Formats: sequence, C-alpha cells, structure tokens
Amino acid sequence: MSAHDHAEGQLPHEPEKATLEARNKILGFWIFLGAETVLFGTLFSAFLALRHNIGDGPTANELFQLPMVFAATMILLTSSLTSVFAVQALHHHNKKSMIGWLIVTIVLGLCFLGLEIYEFKEYVHEGHGFTTSAFSSSFYTLVGFHGAHVAFGVVWIGIVIGQIFKKGLTVVTAPKVYISAIYWHFIDVVWVFIFTVVYLMGKVAG
Amino acid sequence: MKRLLPLLTGLVLLLSGCGRADLSTLNPQGPVAEKQLDLMKLSIGIMALVVVIVFAICIYVLIRFRRRQGDKSIPKQVEGNHTLEIIWTVIPLVLLLILGVPTIKDVFGLAKDYSKDKNAVQVKVTAHQYWWEFEYTDLGITTAQELIVPTDKTVSFELVGADVKHSFWIPSIGGKMDTNPGVTNRMYLDFPKEGVFRGKCAELCGPSHALMDFKAKAVSPESFARWVSAMKAPAVMPADAEIAEKFTSQCLSCHAVGENGGNSAPNLTGVGGRQTIGGILYNDEVPVEQNLHDWITDPQKYKSGAMMPKAVDNDLSPEQVSAIAEYLAAYKLDY
Amino acid sequence: MAAHGHTVKRYSGLMDWLTTVDHKKIGILYMIAGLFFFLIGGLEAIVIRVQLMKPMNDVVSGDTFNELITMHGTTMIFLAAMPLLFALMNAVIPLQIGARDVAFPFLNALGFWTFFFGGLLLNLSWFAGAVPDAGWTSYVPLAGPTFNSGHGVDYYVIGLQIAGIGTLLGGINFMATIINMRAPGLSFMRLPMFTWTIFITSALIVFAFPVLTVGLVALMFDRLFHANFFEVGNGGSSVLWEHIFWVFGHPEVYILIVPAFGVISEVVSTFSRKRLFGYSSMVFATVLIAFLGFMVWAHHMFTTGLGPVANGLFSIATMLIAVPTGVKIFNWLFTLWGGSIRFTTANLFAIGFIPTFVMGGVTGVMLASAPADYQYHDTYFVVAHFHYVIVGGLIFGIFSGLHYWWPKMFGRMLNETLGKITFWTFFLGFHLTFFIQHFLGLLGMPRRVYTYLGGQGYDDMNFISTIGAFFMGIGTIVFLLNIFTTWAKPRNAAGDAWEDGRTLEWSIPSPPPEYNFQQTPLVRGYDAFWKEKMEGKTAMTPAEPIGSIHMPSPSILPLIMSIGLFVAGFGFMYDRLIVAGIGLLITFGCMLIRSLYDDHGFHIEPEDQEKGVHA
Repeated sequence: MSAHDHAEGQLPHEPEKATLEARNKILGFWIFLGAETVLFGTLFSAFLALRHNIGDGPTANELFQLPMVFAATMILLTSSLTSVFAVQALHHHNKKSMIGWLIVTIVLGLCFLGLEIYEFKEYVHEGHGFTTSAFSSSFYTLVGFHGAHVAFGVVWIGIVIGQIFKKGLTVVTAPKVYISAIYWHFIDVVWVFIFTVVYLMGKVAG
Repeated sequence: MKRLLPLLTGLVLLLSGCGRADLSTLNPQGPVAEKQLDLMKLSIGIMALVVVIVFAICIYVLIRFRRRQGDKSIPKQVEGNHTLEIIWTVIPLVLLLILGVPTIKDVFGLAKDYSKDKNAVQVKVTAHQYWWEFEYTDLGITTAQELIVPTDKTVSFELVGADVKHSFWIPSIGGKMDTNPGVTNRMYLDFPKEGVFRGKCAELCGPSHALMDFKAKAVSPESFARWVSAMKAPAVMPADAEIAEKFTSQCLSCHAVGENGGNSAPNLTGVGGRQTIGGILYNDEVPVEQNLHDWITDPQKYKSGAMMPKAVDNDLSPEQVSAIAEYLAAYKLDY
Repeated sequence: MAAHGHTVKRYSGLMDWLTTVDHKKIGILYMIAGLFFFLIGGLEAIVIRVQLMKPMNDVVSGDTFNELITMHGTTMIFLAAMPLLFALMNAVIPLQIGARDVAFPFLNALGFWTFFFGGLLLNLSWFAGAVPDAGWTSYVPLAGPTFNSGHGVDYYVIGLQIAGIGTLLGGINFMATIINMRAPGLSFMRLPMFTWTIFITSALIVFAFPVLTVGLVALMFDRLFHANFFEVGNGGSSVLWEHIFWVFGHPEVYILIVPAFGVISEVVSTFSRKRLFGYSSMVFATVLIAFLGFMVWAHHMFTTGLGPVANGLFSIATMLIAVPTGVKIFNWLFTLWGGSIRFTTANLFAIGFIPTFVMGGVTGVMLASAPADYQYHDTYFVVAHFHYVIVGGLIFGIFSGLHYWWPKMFGRMLNETLGKITFWTFFLGFHLTFFIQHFLGLLGMPRRVYTYLGGQGYDDMNFISTIGAFFMGIGTIVFLLNIFTTWAKPRNAAGDAWEDGRTLEWSIPSPPPEYNFQQTPLVRGYDAFWKEKMEGKTAMTPAEPIGSIHMPSPSILPLIMSIGLFVAGFGFMYDRLIVAGIGLLITFGCMLIRSLYDDHGFHIEPEDQEKGVHA
C-alpha cells in the first residue's frame, strides 16, 4: 500500500486516489477545509458585528466600487473553472494540458491579487486605513485573510507545477494537483461570500 | 434560660451556616434574592435527589459485586436494557421540566424594566477601576462607594463600566449584572429592610479587584428624603482658608464635594458619615479620621493600582493631610 | 526509486526522540511534556491556595496573584490536560483500531512540537517579567492594549496561537486516522468507546479551535498593530470577545471531558469483566453532548446583559445536556452491576470519577438556571463546579488511563500500593479542597480575588480548602515517585497485562513493536480481543499474510518548523518584524522541503520482524 508500489506501472483512472496515503491526504484536507470554514465563519461574524462602527472613516457605501470588485469576482470564478479543467486533464493523464490549465489558474489568481492590492491602496488613500475604525480593522482582516489564502494558493500551485515538470505525473504528484484544486475552489467559495456579505450588503444596506 | 441556651446556639449555628445577613445569598434580604434563593433551593433539591440515587446505586454495586480472591468466573455479558435506558432518559427530562419552567418565569420576571417608572429611584452605576459611582439621574445628585436607597421604592439601575469590565453585586439583595464599557445594562433591585448591605465587584478588573467593595444602605423614605436634600445643600468647605485652598487645588481637581469639583474620582460629600473609607477601611474598627489620614497619605498601600497619588506626590504636607482628614471626618450628612 | 530501502537514516538516543514520527513515542513525549506543565500549574495552584489560606494574607501581591491564576488556568487546560489527552490518544488509538500508525505521522510530530514550543513560549513569560494577568479568559478591555500595555498578554496570545496549531493538526490527524485506518471488520459500531470519544473530540477540536485562532488573531492585531476589534473607544466591542472566546471555550471543555468518558468506559468494562452496558446509547449520548456543546456558549455570559430571550434559551439548552450525561452515568453503573469488580488503581480512579463527576454535573445544571446563576456567576461556586468537572472528571480520567495503559506504553506495571496511596490522597484532597468552595461562593466570595477581609465568614473554609490542596500535591508527588521506581524494574508486563483486556491493544506485546501489528488483525465483533479469548483463542485472526511492513521515515523538520514559529512569535511580540520574518521563513522553508522531497519511508522485512524491533 506504500506510495511507490504503483509508481512505475500504469496510472489508474483516478491517480490521485490510488494509494492509502493519498486517500488519507484527501480526507485530511477535507477535514482541514471544515476547520477553515469555521475560521472564515468567525471572521465573517466579527465583521458583521462591527461593520457599522465606522468611526471617522468613510462608509462602506462611499468606499466600494462595485465594477472593479465584480471584475475581481469574475476573474476568480474563471480561475476555479480552469482548475476544474486541470483536474479533468489529470484524469485523462494529459500532463501537458494539465500544466497549461494550472498556469492559467495561477495567472488569474495573480490578476485577482493585483486588483485587490490596488483596491486596498485606494481605500487607504481615501482614509480607510487598518487602524481607522472597528469596521476597517475587521474588513482588512477578513478580506486580507482571504487574499493571503489566494497568495498561498498561487505559490502552492506554482510549486506543484514545478514538481510535475521534474517528477512527472505519478501517484505521488497527482494528489498534490487534486488537493490544491480543492483548496482553490474553497477560496473561491469564500470569495463569493465576501462579495455578497461585504460588498453587496455594504452597498445596499451600508 | 437553660433550655434557651442550646436553642440559641443551634440558631446561631444555623445562621452562621447561611452566612451574614448583609452578605450571603443564602440569607436574602430582598425579594430579588429571595426569588433566586427559591430557584436555588428547588435545583438543589432536585439535584440532591439525583446525587442520592447515584451514590446509593454506586455503593451497592461496589459492595455487592466486588471480585473475590481467585475468582475466575466470567459474568454474564449484558448488551443493554431498553426499558432501563428509557427510564433514565425520561425521568431526567421530567426533572428538568420542573426546573425549567420557573427558570424561564424568573428570567423574564427579573428582566422587568423600571427605567421609565416614575415611582422607581433611577440610579446610574458607573464602575471605575476600584470604585463605584452612583448617580441619581432623576434627583441630580452623585455619590460614591455608598449607595443610599429608600425602603419603599424599587431601584432601577443603569450599569456601565468606565474603563474595564466590572460586575455589580449585592449578594443578599440580588444577583449580579456586569458593567460593560460602551454598553448599558439594566436591572432592578428592592431593598425592603433597613440596613447596610455589602456589595462587591465580581469580575476580574485588575490587581485590586478583590478590594473593590461598596455598601448599599437602605433607609426609611423620610430619611432618604433628608439625605437627598442634604446632598443638594451647598458644600461645606474647610474652615481654614489655607486648607480650603489646598483642598480645592489638590483634591477637587478630581473629587467633588457638593457642587464643587470634578467627577473623575469618588464624590466626597458627607464622606465622614460613610461606613468605610475606600470601600475596605471600616470606620467602626478604626476611627474615620485615622482611616482618612492613612488613605490620603498612601492610597496604594491599601489598594494597589488606585489612581489617587500619595500625599507626598500630591504636594501635601503631613500637617495638611491631618487637617484635610479632620475636615472630611467631620463632614457628615444629617439624615 | 529503491523500494526496499534500508537506506533511510535511523537515529538513536536523543536524536531518535527529536525526529520520531512513531505515534507511541510521540505519545510518551506528550505525556512527559504534559506532566511537566501539570507540575508547573500545580505549583501555581499551591501558591494561590497559600495566599488565600488566611484573610488579608500577603504572600503574593494582587498583581502576582492575577498572573498566577491566569497562568494556572491557561497552563492546566492548554498545556497539561490537552497534551495528557493527546498522550493517551497517541499511545492507544492506532492500537485500538489495528493500525500501524496514524494517518499523518509527520503531522503528528509537528503537532507535538508546535504545542511544546507554544507552551514553552507562554511559560517563558515568567522569566521575561511580563506575565499574562487578565485571567485564562483574557476578557477585554482588561487584556487589551489600553489597560494592559506590557507584554504579558502578548505571551498568552502568541503562545496559545502556536500551541493551538498543534492541537488543530492533532484533531485533523485523528479524525482521518479513525475514518481511514481501521482494521478489516472494525466498523464504526464496533469501535471501542475510547476510540469513539477521541473521534468526537477530534471533530470538536476541528470545529472549535479555528474560532480561538480568529479571536487570538484579532486580539493580537489590537495589541500589536493598533486594530480596533475590541477597542471600545474606536467602535470595537468587548462583548464580541466574550462571544468568540466562549463559542470556542465551551466546546473546549467538552474536548477535555469527552475523552475521559472514553477512558472510564474502557476501564470500568475491563475491571468488571463485563461488556459496556448500552454501548449504542453511549455512542449516541456522546455525539449528542458534543453537538449540544456548540449551542450553549452564552451560559458563560448570563450576567453580560444579553437579555431575557437569550438567557432563557441558553438556560434550557444547557439543561438538556444533563440528559445524555445522565444516560452515560447510569450505563457505567450498570456495567459494574453484575460484574466482577477488581479494585486496581486505574479502576479506583474510574469509580471515583463517577460520583465526583455527578456532583460536578448537578452543579452544572444548577448554574444553567440563569436567574440563580446571577448569584453563582463569578463566585467560588463556579470555581468549585468547574474543578469538579475538570479535575474530578478529566484529571481522574487521565490518572485512570495512565495507570491502565502504562504497561502497554512502557512494558512495566506501576506499583499498585503507591497507586492506591496516590488515589486516596488525591481523591480526598480534591474533595476537601473544592467541596467547601461551593459554600464560599454562596456566602458571597467572588472568584479571582487575591485576598479577602476577615470576619466575613470565609476564613475557616479557605483554610480547609488550602489543606486539601496540599493533599492533592502529595498525591501527585507519590505518582511521580511511582513512575521513577517503576522505571528501574524489568520490562516484563504481559501483552494482556490486566488479563481481562477486551480491545485490540491487549492482543499485542507490551510495549508493542514499532510496527504495532505484525499482521493486521481481522475484527469479528465489538470487544474484538475478548471475543477471540472467549472462543478459546489467544491471538487475533490475521487479515493478511506476513510480509514486508512499510514505515515512515523519521524527520527533524517538525522540530525545526516549530522552532521557526517560536522565533517568529518573539519577533512579533517585541516588534522586530525581521526576526518574525526569519522565523516564518524557517517554517515555510521546511514546508517547501517537505513538499519537494518525497518521503518514501523504509520497509521492515519479515526476518527483522522476528527479532522484535521494540519501540
């Protein structure tokens, strides 16, 4: 049942679940995402509790520019789709196509991060700094935690691509692709909630 | 007399078992604490029943089924028993129902809001690091450390913390409520009996949390009215002009007497007539003037972390301290 | 790729312990660290009790006292109780489910080291002269930057954050282990009760600890980077901290007590030679307790001013927990009923647990009644209550478990005479210390007071309580003595050390070889080993032929990663962001190395297995 028993033979249809080690990793990662859900849930709760306490800073309504945030949302959702394509390519053992889709995913992730950094800079410029008010602190912590997750994901997928180049597609590397894809979907879902709770509600109810 | 003595000792023992009348939750002196004690008694009763049953089964089992030396027999392996399991699920549910109903009733009963009631005395309690401020919002007076209330009226409290979180508690009158900074809480208490009751801070608030005591003094309606007018009367200042000036510049920048002074430290109007100095130095054990003198000389010695500076740091000579202590000790309200 | 590489470097001596990924050794490491912190927390408790021995005592000042209570609570819960539970989990769970190790041996080691360095960081505060002093609950604003400007609470925030990572990793690991690594035939409804409780506790850890993580991050941002989560002046909310803390904190106390339920179930069943009474209702009750544990947090906040609707709902929800708990108590009693009860030290602690925990439980129901809680809250009544459930429940459970599984962990039997002295001094000392504190609370003594005025009726009771604390101290010392004298004895414990073992761990040698099971066993029912014994067999039926066994390689990376976090913690605290960056770089660098270099492990061949490679 060890990792390399199948390594030299034919890859099975779902190479990411071929070994017990890999199945453990996938299960463990799902549990970890359960913990991450609670983590973001708590950040959301703190944000909801504090979002009206703006102090001397600008209101959410004055601050948020929906078109740009909407663009960021579309970019991230598209990157989720491209990572699905990567996993499909993995199932077809098509290494080249898989790497291609993973690279597209990373590029989209970087675009998203770029937009977010630009957005934060604008906000600080408008007097909405990290220490301005309880609203601003909880906003930057929630959205920043998500941004840090995206950045981590970009680096992670980048490293996985490098390993695939070097080691090829094996029962050891396949789970890494698969798990990083699950992670990527998760941070997309979190973003959908941020878009709704932070931005849309800020615009409508702010 | 010979028969009375054992009876008296028994009574004393019983009372001491319930604690001091001015301090114990088991010796309630007002309807709120009584209600709470009733609930406590009910829950203790139900729970004692549970404990007795469990203990009885436990002791019986341990004696009856202990292994004899060299016993190799294998007991019957029982999987379970549905009847028994249903019994010990349903009976606790019933017991909880018996406790749950009065709980809900009292939760809502004790949350009654008297803040708009014209008949109630409105008191705003502000908790500071290691002292209590009591502002009678309808009457326009403020005092500290000693809450004076009439026996005939409900007292409606508005509670807030000035710095950190504290908790306002007069055990023999009723349960506590936290004073949160930035949030106002409300509660009410009744004080039907005249007397002085001990109050405490029940939430960790810093090094002198243990010493953040106060007193609640319940007086007759007539006496309360006299106290209110005495509080509103013009302040009595030290007779000696030099001391009066010193007192104004060094003490009244934070403290107040009557209409003079600030409000960042306890109000001193009538301080000589209070039960304690600083909430913990009892004036019936040591003369009030001595207590005042000790406190003014070195407040941190009695309450570490208190904001008030030592006399030497406050530009007060020993003679001035004595003179101020003498003046304050004599400053009593007649009510 | 050399499949049968003995090329992997194997260490010995100290390096073996620093690099081990073997769950049995990690269990021992957890135990040593847990006992170490237990002694520190115990010492703090003794100083607290000496200070409160008489009115207006001045052994320590108010400041020091607050540091002592904060560190006592934090140390005992996070650094003593949790690791001792993890010690039992690690030592027993893979054996009970017939596995050769946990799902993630590397993460297991990482979990231990992060916990250890987090705990170390927290306790170094004593040497830094800046000790956390806002209580183990660290309520703001008292713990916030405005009213606590020193570095004390920083140690609390960062230490717990690092230790919390370890706990979370452990939770994930054991959930995955129990789901994926069970031996053939070991279905969920055949799992030993201890395994069930660890499964549930792990789930609680996974869903509760991230809440603490967020709370600590927010407090850290407030303290170090001037954020405003809890700064009332800038729109922050102090009540928010209370919610976050207790949404984590209440499940946390169930994380502590649920494994004790498991230990008691195993011990009582073994030493009465009887199957656990009402196994399936026991499982269901535990799941229900864990589930309800997430919806009762506000009963810690009845006096915060949440209003009658919230107080009423949380009162009723809390009371409901008594029902499944009662089911468990009666199931234990009826496991004993009709059994053949042997009074070993392990069983004495288990039997002592039952009435003690019932007393802690009933005061819990009393506290659940909100209007009465207005009187109990933040008094010594609460102190008595939670010590009854945590010491009388959890610590009795841990003592029971340690005595019970000691031969399995070390191959040596603890001395029963010393064990019984431990039990009686600790048990009587415990009740002497804490029973009387219920009354102190009812007589109006608030908790967390560094002293009290004389003449309030508190003097005698406090004195008695202090005497009890010394008895508990003596009990602990006797336990340590027992450990040391046992160390010198030969390793001669039998595989089925108590002769009445029922579960899989008793079917293999004591201590087990490093691969645990030479052949994975086939499980044919609940109490798998007992079932085989009753059919006249002496060993389990194997589910596989004898073959080469794959083992994970040892690694120093977990230790280095934790040191990285430790360094980063200090960097953040003392505003040296470069140091913090270096620390994080070490940690992430190790992660990268771990990802880039595949761990192929090594194999133990059948001929080496015969030599009996001991853990």
